Order: sequence, then C-alpha cells, then structure tokens
Amino acid sequence: MNKIIEKKQLSENVFMMKLEAPLIARARRPGQFIILMVEEEFGERIPLTISDADPEEGWIQIIFQTVGATTMKLSAKDVGDSIAAVLGPLGRPTSIRGLNGEKPGRVVCVGGGIGVAPMYPIAQALKAAGNDLTIIMGARSKELFVMLDEMRALAGDKLILMTDDGSAGRKGVVTVPLKELCEKGEVDEVITIGPPIMMKFTALTTKPFGVKTVASLNTIMIDGTGMCGGCRVTVGGKTRFVCVDGPEFDAHEVDWDVMFKRMGTFKPEEAEAKEHVCRSGIFGKGVSK
Amino acid sequence: MTPKERMAIPPQEMPQQEPAVRAHNMKEVALGYTREQAMKEASRCLNCPTKPCMQGCPVAINIPGFLAKASEGDFAGALSIIKETSLLPAVCGRVCPQEKQCQKFCTMGKILKDINKAVAIGRVERFCADLARETGAEPAVERAPRSGRKIAVIGSGPASITCAADCAKAGHDVTMFEAFHKCGGVLVFGIPEFRLPKTIVQHEVDNLKKLGVRIETNYCVGRTRKVSELVKEDGFDAVFVGTGAGLPKFMNIDGENLSGVFSANEYLTRANLMKAYWEGKADTPFWHGRKVAVLGGGNVAMDASRMALRLGAEKVYLIYRRSEVEMPARIEEIHHAKEEGVEFRTLQNAKRILGDDTGKVCAIECLKYELGEPDASGRRSPVEIPGSEFTLDVDTVVVAVGNASNPLIPATTDGLEVNKRGNIVVDPETNMSSIPGVFAGGDIVLGAATVILAMGEGRRAAKGINEYLRSK
Repeated sequence: MNKIIEKKQLSENVFMMKLEAPLIARARRPGQFIILMVEEEFGERIPLTISDADPEEGWIQIIFQTVGATTMKLSAKDVGDSIAAVLGPLGRPTSIRGLNGEKPGRVVCVGGGIGVAPMYPIAQALKAAGNDLTIIMGARSKELFVMLDEMRALAGDKLILMTDDGSAGRKGVVTVPLKELCEKGEVDEVITIGPPIMMKFTALTTKPFGVKTVASLNTIMIDGTGMCGGCRVTVGGKTRFVCVDGPEFDAHEVDWDVMFKRMGTFKPEEAEAKEHVCRSGIFGKGVSK
Repeated sequence: MTPKERMAIPPQEMPQQEPAVRAHNMKEVALGYTREQAMKEASRCLNCPTKPCMQGCPVAINIPGFLAKASEGDFAGALSIIKETSLLPAVCGRVCPQEKQCQKFCTMGKILKDINKAVAIGRVERFCADLARETGAEPAVERAPRSGRKIAVIGSGPASITCAADCAKAGHDVTMFEAFHKCGGVLVFGIPEFRLPKTIVQHEVDNLKKLGVRIETNYCVGRTRKVSELVKEDGFDAVFVGTGAGLPKFMNIDGENLSGVFSANEYLTRANLMKAYWEGKADTPFWHGRKVAVLGGGNVAMDASRMALRLGAEKVYLIYRRSEVEMPARIEEIHHAKEEGVEFRTLQNAKRILGDDTGKVCAIECLKYELGEPDASGRRSPVEIPGSEFTLDVDTVVVAVGNASNPLIPATTDGLEVNKRGNIVVDPETNMSSIPGVFAGGDIVLGAATVILAMGEGRRAAKGINEYLRSK
C-alpha cells in the first residue's frame, strides 16, 4: 500500500500526485518508471513515469493523464488515500552524457505533453553532468504544459516553448526549432519523450544530421520485469522488450509504425473502460470526465 | 492381496467435468478421486522390490510406501511419507508429467502394455493432499529453534516456496520477495484455474506465513534493491534466487509484433492473474479473439488454447511442427484440449503472420512438415515440405514456444556467473552460485523445466544454505 501525500489537478485530464514509496525514492535513477495498481483484487497494472522523487522524505512524484479505467480511478483518489501497489523503479536508467564515457556536450531534450514529466529528472542529471542543455517543450495549448517552472529553472533562456495554437511560445511543432538547431550544427545528442508520433518525427528530423537521438518508450505492460512481452517493439529489425531492454532506445532504429499499432491494441477497451468508470459514480455528481 | 488380485482391479477413471460444459467455465476440469477410488487405485501397486517408479521421480518420493498407506485408507500416513521429500503434493499431483516420470516406469503399466494403465500415482498423491487440506488435517510442521540468520528468497514460484519453507523450518528468519502483487509465480500467472485452482497455491503461501516467512510483494530485487544491497546493507546472510524462466521466446517471423499477437505468458497472465475473464469486474483488458492460433505443443500451449475457448473463441487451432507423439505436454492435457474442441494441426508451423491495414492480425501462413532423422533432443526432427504453404484466417495468435531465462538479476548482480543461455551457474551439490552466500534454483538455473524439478532444486539449495551458514 502506498499513501498519496499530495495531489494537484494540472489541467482537465492531467494530475500530479506524490506517493509514499521510500525504497523507490531511494533507488530510482533518471529514465526509470513504475508499475502501479490502484486496487488489488480486480485492478490493472499500468506503467507510469517518475517525474521527481525525494529520497530523504521518501516520496515519488507521478504526473498522469486519464486515458483508461486505472488512471480514472487513480484520479479519483485523494490525499491520505492509499493505492494497492507500486513496483519499481523499473527499466534501465538513462545513459547520461558526461557520465557514460562520452564528454559532456550540447544536449537537446524534446518533450511533448506529459512526456515532459519524466524528462525533468533526465534534464536535471544532464545539467549536473555539465552538459549544455536546451529544452524544447510542446503542447496543444499553454495550459497543458507541465513542470514549466522546473524546466525553466534548468534551461533558462534555452527553454523553447511550442504550442499548436500559439497561446505560448511559438506556434508550431517541436521539430521546427529542433531542425533549426541541427542546421546550425549545435546539437550533439537529442533525448525525446512524448506522444509516439512526436518521437517519430523528432527521429526523422535529426536523422539527416546524424545526431544521436534517444527515445523513451511507454508501451503496454503487465509485469514490467520481462515476463509478459506485451511491451515489445521492433528496434533495428529485432524484437526488444521496453521493460528490461529499455525504456530508452536509439530513436532512429525504432519501428514507429509497428509501435503505434501495438499501442492501439486495447484502444476500444480503454475507451469503454473510461466511460464505465465515469458512469460508476466514483466522482460524485456533476463531475465531467 | 496377491499380485493377480491387484492386477484385476480396474484402473480408476478420474471424475471430470463434461467437455461441453467445462469448455465454458473456469472451474477445475479434473474433480479428483473419491476415497474409495483412491484406495482402489493405490491397491493396484504391486510393491515391486526394485521400486522402478521412484527412479522416475525427480525428488524420489517413496511411492510404494505412500501407496501402501493409501490402499489401507491411511491417507494421513501416506501424506507424511510424500512430505518427506515433496513439499507441494497438491500441486505436483496435478501438474507433474507423470507419464514421463514415475508412471513411465510402473510395472503395472508395462504388464498391461499401456502407460495409461500404470498406477495413477499422481491422482492418489493429489487425493492425499486435497483431503488433508480440506479437512485441516495436515501434518504439523516442526520448526527448529531460531538461528538468528536472515535469508532472502527472491521470487515466489515452486523453487522459492520450497526453499523458503525449508529455511524457515531450519529456524532461519526468511523474507520472500515477489515483483507481482500475488505470490506463486508461474503457478498463479501461468497455470490456469481450471488446471490448478488458485486456492491451492494460496494455501501453500499461507503455510509459509504460518512458518513465519515474511512476504514482500511488489518488490523487484535487482531494481528496488540489488542483491548486493540485501547482503551488505540489509543484513541478509544468504540469498536464494528463484526468479524462473520468465522471458518469453518468440518465433522471429514476420508479423509477430502485430496487434493480436501475444506471448502465452501475456495471454495467460491477463486471463489468470489479472482475472480478465471476469468481464465487467476486471480492469485489465483482454483480446477476445474469435479465431485463435496457438503455436507450440507444451502444457502452456494447451493452457492457452483451452483458455481461448473459455473466453469465447469459436475456433482454436493448435499448431505444432512435430507430430503428437513428440509433444512435450502432459497426455492428460492433450486429451482434455482435444475433448474440448481444440483443433490440432500437427506437422505444421507458422511461417508468417498477416495483418490488415490497421495492424491487426487477420491470418497466419503456415508450412507443412514431415518427420526426418532424430535430432539432438532424440525426437525426430521436423523437416519443412517446400511449397506446402497454406493460410488460416485468424484474429489472434498466441506464441507458446517456451521461455528464456529472466535477465534482471544477472544483469544487476556483479560477479554472478551465467552460461550462454543466461542461466545462473551453480554448484550441483549445494546450488551455490559464483557468489558465496548467493544460491539459485529452479528454471533460472535449469532453463524452462517442471514444477517438481524446481521444487527439488529449492530443497537442495535450502540444504546448501544451511551448510553454508553452519560453516560461517
């Protein structure tokens, strides 16, 4: 059981929570994730990223969007409530430039939507390792940005905001400024986390420039320890498991189209489950989904 | 009773649910002997002086000994004999491939020239264990005085359950770590309810708790804490790694990553552990295929095929590249699958999986095979027949071609020696790994094997741990 010690609704469908999880808070490294269950008996196991943690106070922070039954039920929990299970930290930690044998360099973090949340600990570590950091954040609209202040504190004037509607920063997609930076020859490495379509186009943008690009994938999982193979993706023509081989892979080698399709495996069920949870009354009357 | 009289007793049939009924429910298929049946079946044992059956048992249970007790109706006495060497008779009675082990060597089967007419050792074993569990008459377990030593057991499948129980009985303070939210390993995520009811596994886990074993679920050793941290910082004097063969193999054919293609582990975990069969209650989604192809010929392939039927599939093909004789599955599971309506397609193998434009499975292309010369496994090797391709319309493919060893512990434990297949290398006498104080057993050492072998390994490792601690 893990207690919720803080909760904040960041936008219509996005929530932040801090969960009591002392061992995970201590062990987690940038790039790692958790598997969470809201209820034990009939609950589902879903992977979620870690956006921050405090080993002293023993909490981890998650930022999630309501997409299916479990995230809906989680969003209905309040401070003081406990959730059934949190397993982690899972996956291989990010290989941080400057600490992995490569010299520090000019690293661009490209985050879309709530993909910015797991980018935060990675960006922190990159900066601490002496890299010259640029952060590009994309969202549909201004109010959908998460962790904006934290990212600004890390990147300063090298924070580039992109919105679909022009409500903040420049109007357009994240690949526009990324391409400009690549053209100027100012990029040694790119890390991208966000919607698969954004990561695909990030990879396509950097490929002609031969810039090393790493994508962090968040696929369907059950156990998170290599047992089920539900998370598998095709990378460089080979089947790899996101949970034990990843979650980070060479973005130029990922077969994005296969991944998109696999991510859609349970789309109809997810939509139905979300609808079902909304109608079940756990949110009380008058709360929209 | 004379041998002649014993031979005249007809083999006792196992009462079971009707195929047409059970193919649509999750309840156990084989219902178990009655008391009279168990006594009659046990009376068929000829009590051969050479005890050939014992040679076939991986843990050398005193089979004629327990059958003699059972034939007299002394089932508690029979169970005590079984428990001298086996910790999980209710499980092994159900899932052991008896026709390849004890019953293979049974003289009765040889005389009657039919292995199916050998003494049904497993069924009597199961009866003894079930009776004791259901009547609360299990033999009391003695626990040695507390040793003050701490043992970490990683994983909670059959090897770990056995090692934990034996270490606890020896007086050690045992903590079992499980990454899932429930204990039992393959017994709860893999083997379906209709073959091994979860209550039986839970009962064994409860027995561990009674022995004082502490259980930490949702704890992934290697990630939450490393093995070295358990030893150096958390004060564990010895560690047992029983993490199993949990890394599903795929066929490496085109289309294997389409939506609707699952490893048997994923398919069965959704259905079993996550209870996806409980529609409307379970949050875990399930892929309700109408036409399902299952690839493989082992117990897991049988489980997946039969699970597909229970979850509403209209047609289930079991595709296996050798012939039925070479199938590694238990004979009983093969019979049950056929009775329930699984269509066996032997000497055929998947060549590629075809998808529609949304990335979902729509068909499977197969090749026909014939049997050639025996291969390294001693079985006749399947040889493809060129140009024999044909297609089956399916919307689901379940790959059940085995598991490789799970890489998590080896990858996060410095100095732990593994072989080229990723199995942990251990001393065959003590099950100690290349790291002093770190032991391993079960499928993580053997590669994918059986429950009873895993149990035997757990027991040997516990002995190894006790000796190691005495010498320290």
